[in-house]
Amino acid sequence: MEHYYQPEIECASREQIIALQNERLVKQVRHVYDNVEYYRKKMEEKGVTPDDIKSIDDLHKLPFLTKDDLRDAYPYGLVAVPLSDCVRIQSTSGTTGRRVVAFYTQHDIDLWDECCARAIMAVGGTKDDVVHVCYGYGLFTGGPGLNGGSHKVGSLTLPMSSGNTDRQIQFMTDLGSTILCCTPSYAAYLGESINERGLKDQIKLKAGIFGAEAWTEEMRRDIEKSLGIKAYDIYGLTEISGPGVSFECSEQTGMHINEDHFIAEIIDPNTGEVLPEGEKGELVFTSITKEAFPLLRYRTRDICVLTRKKCSCGRTHVKMSKPMGRSDDMLIVKGVNVFPSQIETVLLNKGYAANYQIMVDRVNNSDTLEVQVEMTPEMFSDSVTEVAAKEKELVNALKAMLGIYAKVKLVAPKTITRSEGKAVRIIDNRHLY
Amino acid sequence: MTVKQISVFLENKPGCLAELIEILSKNNIDMRAMSIAEMQDFGILRIIVKDTYNAVRIIKDAGFVTSVNEVLAVAIPDQPGALLQTLTALGEANINLEYSYAFTTAKKDMAYTVLRVTDNEKASKILGQKGIRMLGQEEMEQL
Repeated sequence: MEHYYQPEIECASREQIIALQNERLVKQVRHVYDNVEYYRKKMEEKGVTPDDIKSIDDLHKLPFLTKDDLRDAYPYGLVAVPLSDCVRIQSTSGTTGRRVVAFYTQHDIDLWDECCARAIMAVGGTKDDVVHVCYGYGLFTGGPGLNGGSHKVGSLTLPMSSGNTDRQIQFMTDLGSTILCCTPSYAAYLGESINERGLKDQIKLKAGIFGAEAWTEEMRRDIEKSLGIKAYDIYGLTEISGPGVSFECSEQTGMHINEDHFIAEIIDPNTGEVLPEGEKGELVFTSITKEAFPLLRYRTRDICVLTRKKCSCGRTHVKMSKPMGRSDDMLIVKGVNVFPSQIETVLLNKGYAANYQIMVDRVNNSDTLEVQVEMTPEMFSDSVTEVAAKEKELVNALKAMLGIYAKVKLVAPKTITRSEGKAVRIIDNRHLY
Repeated sequence: MTVKQISVFLENKPGCLAELIEILSKNNIDMRAMSIAEMQDFGILRIIVKDTYNAVRIIKDAGFVTSVNEVLAVAIPDQPGALLQTLTALGEANINLEYSYAFTTAKKDMAYTVLRVTDNEKASKILGQKGIRMLGQEEMEQL
C-alpha cells in the first residue's frame, strides 16, 4: 500500500499544481523584488518588473542566479527577511565563495521537514518506524533534514550522525532500525560490515533513503542485496533547502520534485534557453514558498531530464532523473562538493605549480581522492623527513580547504599531461554518470 | 670538512633509476657512492660523484628535480667497532644523524661512511677533536 504524507498535494491534478505555482510564484517574485536588492538590480538590468510575472509561463523572463551570485552576495545579500526572523543557518563545506550559507525561518524549516516527511513516507515509512539517520548533523543539511522529516512522520528517530560503524550497527540491531538514511557509499559499507559480522538476520531494516552523492543502478542492487532492503534515492541542495527537494517513490524510476515548493526547469547550459520536457539539460530551481533565502531560477549545474509520465505510485509531481553529470567541474567526493579551483588555490598558496591532476576513484564503495602534484626544485630536499613534512603540510591544507582527506602524490616534473586548451585536471574512474 | 652530495627525485616506477643511471653513464659520470631512500610513491637517490658540477647540469637537463648539499664523509678502518667511535662522539655532542650510508673503494682495509647531520660545522669539529679522519671534496674525487 502506498503511503503519502500530504496526499492532497502529492497527488493533486496538474491543473491544481499549476494554479498553486502561479499564485505562489507571483507572490514570491514580489517578495524577492521588494526585499532583495541584489536580485532587484538583476531584474532591473533585464528590464523585468514583478508586474511582468503573471504566471509560470513568464518564469523564463527572470534572470538566473548562480553560485557566483551567492559568492558576490555573501553572506546576507540574498536574505529576504530581517535576520531576527531567521532561526537557522545551514552550510556546505568549502571556502568563502564556494561555501553556500543558507538561511531559514521557522516556516522554511517546516516546509523542508515536510518535504523530507514525504520522502520517508514514499519509501513506506510510518509512525511505527525507527528511522536511523547517519547523515552528518551540523551545518550539513543531510542530518537535520531527514531528522526533521522523521519527526513530522512521527517515526522514532535515531539521530546517529555519521561515523563509528560499530555503534551504528549496535543501535541498528538493539533498537530495531527499519529505515536507514545516509550516503549510498556508507550504506554499502554498512552492508559489508553487517555481513562480515554475520549480523544480517539481526537487523530489521526494510528501506533506505540514500543521497548527497551520485550512485549507479548496480550500486543500488548491491546495497539492496547486502542489507536486504529497498534502496531509494533522494535529491536536494543547500541553496534550495536541503535533501527532499525531490525523492524516489516505490517505482524507483526517478525522483518526484516537490512542485508546490519548487518549480523546476531544464535549460541549455550554454544558451540558457528553456528546453522542452524530456530533453537533457541543466536543472534550474525556483523556490516559491521559502521566506528567508528564496532563490529564483537558481542554476544547479546538475544535468538531468524531467518527465511527467504517469507514475504508478499515484503522485503527480514531475520526476527528475538521477543527475547525469555536471555543467561545471564540480566533483562530489564522499558527499562533499569539491572544485578543482579549491585545490589549485591550496597548491599555489603552498608554492607549487598549478599543474596538477585530480584522480577520483571508488574503492570498496568508498570514494578516494588523490591529488598528483609535480615535484619542484624548491620543494625537494635530500632529506626524506623534510619532503614528508612538506607533503603532510599540503595534505593538511587540502583537508582544511575541502573538508575531506586527499592523498597527495608527488610525481616527477613534466609528467602530468599538458593539454592544448582546457587542461584535463580530473580523472574520475568511478564512472557514475 | 665536507663533500658534495647530489640528490635526485625519482618516482617509484619500474625503470626510473635505470633511466637516470643510463644518463650518467652516457656522460661518463663516475659514481663514488650511492644510496636510495624510499617512500611509498617516490624515492630519493643520493650520489657522490667525481664531477659534481657537470653531473648536476646533466641531471637537470634531463628533466629531473635535483639538489646538492654538503655531507660529512668519514674514513674508518675496516674493522669491527670502528663506526661506533664516530657515532658515540656525535651522540655525546647531541648531534642528530638524519641518515648515513657506507661505501668501500679499491683501497684495502678502509671503509667510508657518509653522514648527514643537522650541523656540519659542529660535527666536523667534534669528530676532528676525536681524531676521526674526514674526507674533503678533493680527496673524495681522487679515491
